[in-house]
Amino acid sequence: MKVSYNWLDQYLDLKANKVDPNELANKIVLQSVDLNGTYSPADGLKKLVVGYVEDVQPHPNSDHLHICQVQVSPDETVQIVCGAPNVVAGKKVIVALHGARIAGNVKIKRGKIRGEKSDGMLCALQEIGFSDKVAPKDYEEGIWFLPDDAKIGAPVFPYLGMDDFIIDTDLTPNRGDMLSIYGNVNDVAAILNIKKHFTNHDCEEDDDQQTSDLVNVKIDDSHMVPAYEMRVIKDVKVADSPLWLQIKLWNAGVRPVNNVVDITNYIMLKYGQPLHSFDYDKLPSTDISVQHPADGEKFTTLDGQERELKATDIMVMAGQHAIALAGTMGGQETAVDDQTTTVALESAIFDPVMVRKQAHRLNLHSEASMRFERGVNPETVQTALNEAAYWLQQLASGKVATGVVVGQEPDTSATPVTISIAKTNEVLGLQLTMAEVVSIMDRLDFPSTQLSADQLKVDVPARRWDISIPADLYEEIARLYGYEKIPATLPTMTRNSGGLNSKQRFEAASRQVMQAAGLNQAISYSLLTKEKATQFTIEKPVEPLMLSYPMSSDHVAGRESIVSGLLNDVAYNTARKVANVALYETGRVFILNGDPRPKEETHLAGALCGQLRANNWHQKDKAVDFFTMKGIVEQYLKNAALAGKITYVANQDREGMHPGRTADIYVDDQLIGYVGQVHPSTAASYKIPDTYVFELNEDLIFAAKKRDRHYRVISRYPAITRDIALLLPNNITNQQVVDLINQKGGAFLKKVHLFDVYEGLHLPKGMKSLAYTLTFQDNEGTLKEDQVNQAMEKVESGLTSQFNAKVR
Amino acid sequence: MGMKEKLAELRQQGLEAIEQSQDLDKINQARVKWLGKKGPLTQILRGMGKLSPEERPAVGKYANDVRNDLQEALQRRKQEMEKELLNAKLMAETVDVTLPGAPVAQGQPHVIQQIIDQLIDLFVGMGYEVATGPEVEEEVYNFEKLNLPKDHPARDMQDTFYITPQILMRTQTSPMQARMMEKHDFSKGPLKMISPGKVYRRDTDDATHSHQFHQLEGLVVGEHVTMADLRGTLQEVGRNLFGDQLNVRLRPSYFPFTEPSVEADVTCFNCLGKGCDICKGTGWIECLGAGMVHPNVLKMSGVDPEKYSGFAFGLGPDRFAMLKYGVTDIRDFYLNDMRFLTQFDEKG
Repeated sequence: MKVSYNWLDQYLDLKANKVDPNELANKIVLQSVDLNGTYSPADGLKKLVVGYVEDVQPHPNSDHLHICQVQVSPDETVQIVCGAPNVVAGKKVIVALHGARIAGNVKIKRGKIRGEKSDGMLCALQEIGFSDKVAPKDYEEGIWFLPDDAKIGAPVFPYLGMDDFIIDTDLTPNRGDMLSIYGNVNDVAAILNIKKHFTNHDCEEDDDQQTSDLVNVKIDDSHMVPAYEMRVIKDVKVADSPLWLQIKLWNAGVRPVNNVVDITNYIMLKYGQPLHSFDYDKLPSTDISVQHPADGEKFTTLDGQERELKATDIMVMAGQHAIALAGTMGGQETAVDDQTTTVALESAIFDPVMVRKQAHRLNLHSEASMRFERGVNPETVQTALNEAAYWLQQLASGKVATGVVVGQEPDTSATPVTISIAKTNEVLGLQLTMAEVVSIMDRLDFPSTQLSADQLKVDVPARRWDISIPADLYEEIARLYGYEKIPATLPTMTRNSGGLNSKQRFEAASRQVMQAAGLNQAISYSLLTKEKATQFTIEKPVEPLMLSYPMSSDHVAGRESIVSGLLNDVAYNTARKVANVALYETGRVFILNGDPRPKEETHLAGALCGQLRANNWHQKDKAVDFFTMKGIVEQYLKNAALAGKITYVANQDREGMHPGRTADIYVDDQLIGYVGQVHPSTAASYKIPDTYVFELNEDLIFAAKKRDRHYRVISRYPAITRDIALLLPNNITNQQVVDLINQKGGAFLKKVHLFDVYEGLHLPKGMKSLAYTLTFQDNEGTLKEDQVNQAMEKVESGLTSQFNAKVR
Repeated sequence: MGMKEKLAELRQQGLEAIEQSQDLDKINQARVKWLGKKGPLTQILRGMGKLSPEERPAVGKYANDVRNDLQEALQRRKQEMEKELLNAKLMAETVDVTLPGAPVAQGQPHVIQQIIDQLIDLFVGMGYEVATGPEVEEEVYNFEKLNLPKDHPARDMQDTFYITPQILMRTQTSPMQARMMEKHDFSKGPLKMISPGKVYRRDTDDATHSHQFHQLEGLVVGEHVTMADLRGTLQEVGRNLFGDQLNVRLRPSYFPFTEPSVEADVTCFNCLGKGCDICKGTGWIECLGAGMVHPNVLKMSGVDPEKYSGFAFGLGPDRFAMLKYGVTDIRDFYLNDMRFLTQFDEKG
């Protein structure tokens, strides 16, 4: 809410108390509510003075410009060319002198307009910073006229309320009470600990007719309508409001319209009580009630829009006719216009939830609906109604019918809350005395009664409906005592150790290994398109987790693999000419399995394209390939110290993957993931180059049995190595060969290392060459050549007989 | 010329010859020439027999000295030569040390991970445990048990991705408050936990909004947990992330699951409180939301609010990363441009 310092000053004597506006704003931030900011309407403006138009002549070279002689000080008259259609002699106007600054930091300079000298500018309100939404409509097309008694040559700011200081508060949902000057006065008085003298005006009923003879209000549901009161004001003359009232409105960001509308808005700002004025003569019936409409019923609001209603909406009814969307917007049929003479004025409270839902659904958020949603002070329902009637008498020469028709009387009872001083101190970490707490309650104007040395009963007035339990009062005490006076300590508690658990340590270690291998951690979107969410899954994809009401078509389904998101990242990099991409990601995937919530698995995935190291003078053109990625996976799984046997099994049928360059990864018989090249067709659809990926189920790897004991004695005896080169049919895999070597190699075979692979020219068709170094070693003694020779013979004969291998 | 004089002359000549040897061959020749079997020194020593017994020891000693001197000189000259040779060889191997080193392929943790890790380190050091919960949450835990009943206006603050009316993408990490309190055995001591993770809001992605971001929730519940403890804890967080000289201020705010609720501001790390663009001239940076756990939340999780109290706080690693590094577009965190990811390489 845009809170005017000058308006607060009316009830708090801020100026007399020497309260600096900036200082006040700072105190509000620290002790009450957050701010959007502070400003003065005159900020950035200068040399804007009251001028008197002495003479207006048409411009000889223009069909719309005028040449005006404008007195800008008691002894100076200047010539100003003005294009406003409403400029007329004998009016006081806003003059931007030579050297003035107007809105948008525009500087006004003397000059010539179409050959005629112009020594300044006559201004419309918009030109001195008023927004189009606030400047009164009547002056939309022209300059603004100041009051006739404005002093020539004086700054215009005081005449327009622009010397004010606006504190723009940003309220949390609980502080609906701060959506009024009344609420702000109460809170600022408590913060500053100063006296307040808020004043209201009561109307004098000057029409003999009983209001109850004019309208009849019946409220059936006090939950839906906690308060509903009405007055009728006759003989109203719709006209412009006086300047003081317009200033109040526009400084609060509300556009002045006419006296009837302006008065209801003024009362809303002052009390936080939204009012609605119906044109009494247009009411289809004088039996007023509040009802839910039928589903699908149509209603035209005063902005001319026809709206379709829902049974959850709430409508003010006249007989069987809807006349307003309660608390949200009035109907067109009963709207006040220039011909209105009798006004039925409604002061009510509607159920916040119902108003919120209907305003939200119809996208009709207004100053009124916002207040109903956050609560309205039950104490001032009638006060506000009466003061509105008073101003209609004063400013629109209305006559107020006798009596208030009350359909539902608000509950204004105080809420008793008893607090313990000891507990208060325990929660806040303070050492307040009973007297200090009582004095804070006094500042808040909350009556309190001491029940014992420790117990204080506080009768929280209805105007603070956000307070109902002791914790609410702790907050009041803390903020008014001052959060800055709360000491800074740390919890002094023993008997807990804290720390990461084994799963968290494992996850952290997984990230370290990936980084050491050269992959950068990515965090991609977990919500993807339905197609991508189910691509690249380790197991068969399931029907994915779908959002019921997504925001964008790119993010509708919970991912079942991480690789899809990484490929989006690769595509993003590719599109930006980043050729070398090395990413890994660890995070949740969502697998629906019949339970209401999906199973959330932690996966680890990687994607590589281009080169792991960019070309440099030292090393060039080392593009990543299947084995670069597999090497990273192998190193990762090695670090996991799994007890089970890890195998890579070629899989030609993995959706989205290259049929000849993809392996499923098993620990014993458990599928834990895959590694391979993205299918070139799939890569093309992602608009990415050759890309290698892996995805592992990190949960399974964490849960898998680990090797108990890693350490093996390092033999002190010399090792013997033998190389063996084999010519093999192409279909024999390295894995088969190594398994056989290990099987035949005897007890002393320690290691089988593949050191060369050759396929192609110089070899018979369908054959390849694999070369291995076998290392033999005995822990107990020095090996003899014979022992190794025997082992090698067994290996060679095994390879020859089983695989038709030729030893080269 | 007596023996002694001859020897002295011999030494003089020998030393000069050795000194002038310019390569290993020459040194070898010098050794043969001066100390070899046919060399002059050997000849002299052979002639010792002609000397009188009185002269013999003195001359013998002197001759030995000369031989030692020559041997030493040869050795020294040889070492010098070897050193020169090696040096020449090494000089021929000279590289341009200003050429860049061979690049090491090392990956970086994501900047948000770095912030989370830093916070985890801090809190683990203070005896907190780390708890991670489901990202697809029950409505009951995400809202109801946090004192956000249906139709609560604060639910409008968080637009939610629903899966079904009961299941949703969590909008906050706060559901872990309820989950952890329900599990915790308070007779065994207080609950001190943090819970980092991804959260989701039904937002349109732009420079300052993302439908996916991170939060880190903190919760301490036990006997005698005070707002002063909260203030002290938040001060540690601010100083740990942004620097020792910074202060924390609390001001009133509102969260349905805490009462009192506060917003915590940290002294602007950029201007140290003087006021600048980053802090919009206030000298303070809004940093996190916190408060004392609402009694309803304690009750709903089966904790007696009369006996126990606690504080909770929630902060945004994305926001912290943006503040700390001056990142201006939150989407950068989730698009994973390699050039973006590899910038945040400060270690330790």
